[in-house]
Amino acid sequence: MILEGHQLTIGYPDRVVGTGLDVKLGKGEVLALLGPNGGGKTTLLKTLLGLLVPKAGEVRLDGSVLSARSIRERARLIAYVPQTHVATFAFTVEAVVLMGRTAHGDLFSRPTTKDRAIVAGMLDRLGIAPLAQRPYTMISGGERQLVLLARALAQEPQFVVLDEPTANLDFGNQGKVMREIRALAASGLGVLFTTHDPNHALRAADRAYLLRGGERLAEGPVREILTRERLESLYGAPVQMITDATGTAFIPG
Amino acid sequence: MTPARSAVSGFAIAIAILIAGLLLSLTVGRYPVSLGDLISVLLAKAGGHRGDVSAVESVIFQVRGPRVMAAMLVGAALAVAGTAFQGLFRNPLVSPDILGASSGAALGAVLGIYLSLGVFAIQATAFIGGLIAVGIVYMIGASVRSRDPILVLVLTGVVVGSLFGAGVGLVKYLADPYNQLPAMTFWLLGSLSATGVHDLLPLVGPVAAGTVVLIALRWRMNVMSLPEEEARTLGVATGPLRIAIVAAATLVTSASVAAAGIIGWVGLVVPHLARSLVGPDFARLLPAAAILGGGYLLLIDTLARTLAQVEIPLGILTAVIGTPFFIWLLTSVQKTWS
Repeated sequence: MILEGHQLTIGYPDRVVGTGLDVKLGKGEVLALLGPNGGGKTTLLKTLLGLLVPKAGEVRLDGSVLSARSIRERARLIAYVPQTHVATFAFTVEAVVLMGRTAHGDLFSRPTTKDRAIVAGMLDRLGIAPLAQRPYTMISGGERQLVLLARALAQEPQFVVLDEPTANLDFGNQGKVMREIRALAASGLGVLFTTHDPNHALRAADRAYLLRGGERLAEGPVREILTRERLESLYGAPVQMITDATGTAFIPG
Repeated sequence: MTPARSAVSGFAIAIAILIAGLLLSLTVGRYPVSLGDLISVLLAKAGGHRGDVSAVESVIFQVRGPRVMAAMLVGAALAVAGTAFQGLFRNPLVSPDILGASSGAALGAVLGIYLSLGVFAIQATAFIGGLIAVGIVYMIGASVRSRDPILVLVLTGVVVGSLFGAGVGLVKYLADPYNQLPAMTFWLLGSLSATGVHDLLPLVGPVAAGTVVLIALRWRMNVMSLPEEEARTLGVATGPLRIAIVAAATLVTSASVAAAGIIGWVGLVVPHLARSLVGPDFARLLPAAAILGGGYLLLIDTLARTLAQVEIPLGILTAVIGTPFFIWLLTSVQKTWS
């Protein structure tokens, strides 16, 4: 199964953000989307999720047009992990993750024993089972990110799309989220995430997609694509590269 | 205590308040009925007793019965509608008239009084006024292209609501100050004193239909209280569901306002009370709010007719009790929604 954007023109009703974009994401692989603010990362993400209709071109899933599927069917194939936010109501962690099962029931259905078992399993898998009865509003930002990830997994999707999963996280939690992303791909899911840190792409992604001003600058295996020169031209700022025996890291210069 | 266990005791408290409200409202008043009399009359009725109608029996079934039913229905309706709107608009400060249902109904009612229509016709114009106001708000909201449809809807509701409010002012200004104006003022302050058996029918139908729809959708309400795009990626067609919720909440609010006039605060205060009893999960919150709303308005209505020599308008009592209560809520139990 492949999620792909073909010759996409993306944007909002009143403006075009990007044109001629081709994206391809297979199962078991991780694609990192990099680029400066306002470059079209979020717009592309929303188009691939089916939240925005492409102005030209089409998003295909498993060979057929994404918009031809019902909203419920899409939710069982592609899950979305938004940036963490403060919720209006103090739902318990368990209730939040349980919402991931919505697409597996109908309009009036209540969660089944199976739904609850899947939720318990996902909380366990991400090591947040002890938080199950805590209010979502009273846990830390890192824990919230893991809860949203658990909710996405509870959808039992084929693809997971994450919007800046490491934003607002401390150093330790950034590492934890990167490891979880690798684990998702290892379990057979296709993962797409946006990030501001090329090191996170190096660390967790197989391929990188560089987006600037709504155009694709480069795309390919992270170790080939992420070079000092490309990053400098992507962000229009000096970048330093540090290499030692264990690998490579970039720091803004 | 786990949320599930505390929710059980929360429901128990809500049901206890409802039962207390029922017993008090049926026994207390200008013609006091003892608890023993109440039980024997109810048992006799249940047993199919068809003898002479005693004074106690007529007080319970003809005078207080319809009023008790109406108070319970209106309280439950306003509480459920308020709870649903707070979830839909992701804002704990929202009440059922946020989209102009009350001001629309008010304009309909004062117009009915101004045109010297009958009681039933005034209820009908109030009901239709509420539906028209929310219909206008919804159509304007839907035609404005925005990335935040909820915000547009709320702003439109405020604007259209104040326009209908100006209409109410105009009709009051034109009304006969000796006959019509007092009737309008009385109606706008809310009261159940004139409720008879024949008033229950137009109230029960819409309230039951709307409440059943809202409670049936309670599992989806949780998802609807998330940001729009998140709800859609979880598999909920937010557009049609939002229309269904707005329609159901408008139906129950308009029917309540048409039957009892404008009773503020119930739809704002009761959802918070219910939330502190059973938690924020809409699956438990909506049924709890319905039970608690029924009990709450029963108690308030009993106070309204027993506190003083003359009846106190309901809207005034709910505000007098609701305001300090709400301030207390804001300062002490903020954690239930933040």
